[in-house]
Amino acid sequence: MKSKLYALGALLVMLMGLLAACGGSSSTTTAGGKTVITLWTHSAGNASEMSTLNKEVTSFNGSHSQYQIQIQSFPQASYNDSVSAAALSHKLPCILDMDNPTVANFAWSRYVQALPVTDSDVQQMGLLQSAIGRYQGKIYALGQFDVALTMFARKSILQKYNIRIPTLDQPWTANEFNDMLSKLKSSGAFQFPFDLNPQYGGEWLPYAYSPMLQSFGGDLIDRKSLTSADGTLNGPAAAKWGQWFQGLFKNGYANPKPSSDQGFLQGKVALWYTGSWATDDVVKKYGKDALFLPSVNFGTGPKIGGGSWEWGISATCPQQASQGASQFIKFLMQPANIALLNNATGLIPTTPAATSLVPRYATGSPYRILFDMLQRFTVMRPPTPAYPTISSSFQKAAQGIIQGSDVQTNLDNAVNAIDQDIQQHNNYQQ
Amino acid sequence: MSVITGATKQVQVIRPQQRKHLRGNLVTALILGGPAFLLLLVFLIGPFFMGVAFSFTDERLVSPVPAQFIGTKNYSQMLQVSILTLDPVVDPTTNQPRHDAHGNLLYPSVRTFTQNEQKYPQYFQLEQWFSVNLGNQRFVVLAHDPTFLHSIFNNIFFALVVVPVQSGLGLLLALLVNQKLKGRNFFRTIYFSPVVTSMVVISIVWTFLYDKNVGLVNHMLKTVSFGAIGPVNWLGSPSTAMWAIIIMSVWQGVGLQMILFLAGLQDIPEQLYEAASIDGANPVQQFANVTLPGLRNVMVFVFIAITIAAFQLFTQVFVMTQGGPNDATSTVVFNIVQRGFVAQNIGYASAMSVVFFLFILAISFVQRYATREKKGK
Repeated sequence: MKSKLYALGALLVMLMGLLAACGGSSSTTTAGGKTVITLWTHSAGNASEMSTLNKEVTSFNGSHSQYQIQIQSFPQASYNDSVSAAALSHKLPCILDMDNPTVANFAWSRYVQALPVTDSDVQQMGLLQSAIGRYQGKIYALGQFDVALTMFARKSILQKYNIRIPTLDQPWTANEFNDMLSKLKSSGAFQFPFDLNPQYGGEWLPYAYSPMLQSFGGDLIDRKSLTSADGTLNGPAAAKWGQWFQGLFKNGYANPKPSSDQGFLQGKVALWYTGSWATDDVVKKYGKDALFLPSVNFGTGPKIGGGSWEWGISATCPQQASQGASQFIKFLMQPANIALLNNATGLIPTTPAATSLVPRYATGSPYRILFDMLQRFTVMRPPTPAYPTISSSFQKAAQGIIQGSDVQTNLDNAVNAIDQDIQQHNNYQQ
Repeated sequence: MSVITGATKQVQVIRPQQRKHLRGNLVTALILGGPAFLLLLVFLIGPFFMGVAFSFTDERLVSPVPAQFIGTKNYSQMLQVSILTLDPVVDPTTNQPRHDAHGNLLYPSVRTFTQNEQKYPQYFQLEQWFSVNLGNQRFVVLAHDPTFLHSIFNNIFFALVVVPVQSGLGLLLALLVNQKLKGRNFFRTIYFSPVVTSMVVISIVWTFLYDKNVGLVNHMLKTVSFGAIGPVNWLGSPSTAMWAIIIMSVWQGVGLQMILFLAGLQDIPEQLYEAASIDGANPVQQFANVTLPGLRNVMVFVFIAITIAAFQLFTQVFVMTQGGPNDATSTVVFNIVQRGFVAQNIGYASAMSVVFFLFILAISFVQRYATREKKGK
């Protein structure tokens, strides 16, 4: 009898615990009359981005008495998985930041709602195209900053080997670039003269290498129809890119598996192709000897990637909170706040009004070239819900090409995977 | 309960009060065991049947469109294999086969056969897995999902190498640490410590050890061979990547086998060894006729356990090679995770896991049958 009582008691306690855990937490509840708006960001651990966000939220909460924004920060590596998991369990926050190429997929999956922002609004702001997340003509996300892919080099090294310093209007041509790499390699001073960070993996591969593919004349997918990559990703132009790219590693110009990305800063590498987030480190190390150079023109002009983390509102955010959320996003896009973020992080502002408030990118500054490159050379990653598949297929193809397997087979397999995925989804119609 | 045993039959007689007591015990047992059964049902048995159900649909991880029943399409796509025979490209004017710059025969592109639904429906949307040249002809093995088939092959290869090697080494180590030497507890701890270390941590450390330029493994090989063995790209080359993972996995798991065999060894009575040595058996004969039969039960358990664990290979692949150079280290579990959570194709991943479950079940039955106690006639 006693054992039965103990058993019942234990069961009751466990049931209560289960219920407490299951008790859903809605994303907005009133606390002291204010509408609480939850915000998720991927910037956990990034001191400058978090401190700026905290300042902006405090300022907004102070000036809008009916709203209170609460920040929850996540580490970047698991952020997208957390968003997917929250979407599955209908527990998305009201405001969340998203990487630009995933916006179309989130919009198609109905994670996020369209912002009350029109094309003329963004035109008035002069917002960079790469800072807008679009899907089917509607705007779903806006970004405060962007990054430019840059070739870092040292003036002294280029002069020593008689290499021309390129300008925006006169970038290196393919032949020039190949000759240059051959010269640097045969000098014996650099085991691997060119560092393009293949070890980063993940989204870096399409972000950094598809602009080169586009400069050769190929692309990730046919942008007019967005339904097939056949002929674009495995056509003759793409095959040329693949052969050149494989040649970099075959000829020993680039290391297929660098153990770190510090080669340029340690003087072991002559050319470093990476994002402009590295400018501070480069300038600290090399000062006036540092050069920020445009990408190579492989045929259709130099191209760089664009589009970074942008702010949007989830589809499950209640009416009242959504209004507050869109006010907050408009607040974030004011020149003063964009300037606040980019002054703290050294990244590139996305509107001309904000740029005038960021001394680093003022006309005449040596960093201005980064802003100009972003304006002139950016090609967006394809704004389609199929992008996650395009990205993973391209990653697999790029890694196969780096390892030396047949270029055409790798590209053909990527095209097969992308086309089949789009067909399985009925061209991603809703 | 009172049990009356007769010489020829056993009868259980339960008096009425005791029946009620029994029922009371049963109720208590159910209440106490209930939460555990509930958890098993929700997290193990339920998803098992859900997986089987999903495998017949095109379920996605997240999608605004509801899932649809598609029958066995997932299974047929997964297991579809074809062989395509190619003849060399012939120059129409000279009727001679064409050669490329290196003097090799030229063959028509596989894509012309696999993207032509009207003319070659049997090859439509298949991919090239590998090709074999026999004489002048090239035989291309096509599959709808060559990665999956390659993964099964990788898993089998891994199991075939790891099961005997890890068991053998475990037995060897157990024999070593069973000796009455000073410091054997110290060695037991050392050999067992990789087992209790997180596999993720071990994978990260070994990634650095295997690095081509700065890794310690290559340094050691160079020193030991006086420079004869050049730097090997362990994780970046399709021919060495799987071996690299095998070596690391054996190193990590051998401690567990050592402990199991050690327990088995200590179970063998000393008198058997004494009797054997009195009969004039040398150490090797003693090992073959006393030790091995005595370890039989442990060996059966170890084999089945290592085999099942070998087929679950995932963590090392995920951390170190992400499926490896050209699918060289892709395993079925890794493939399932890639398909299901990264590509978000839950239906297809469920089909893969059902097929894999049946595969491992079959292997377990075979092993169990092969190692069963043979009953006397």
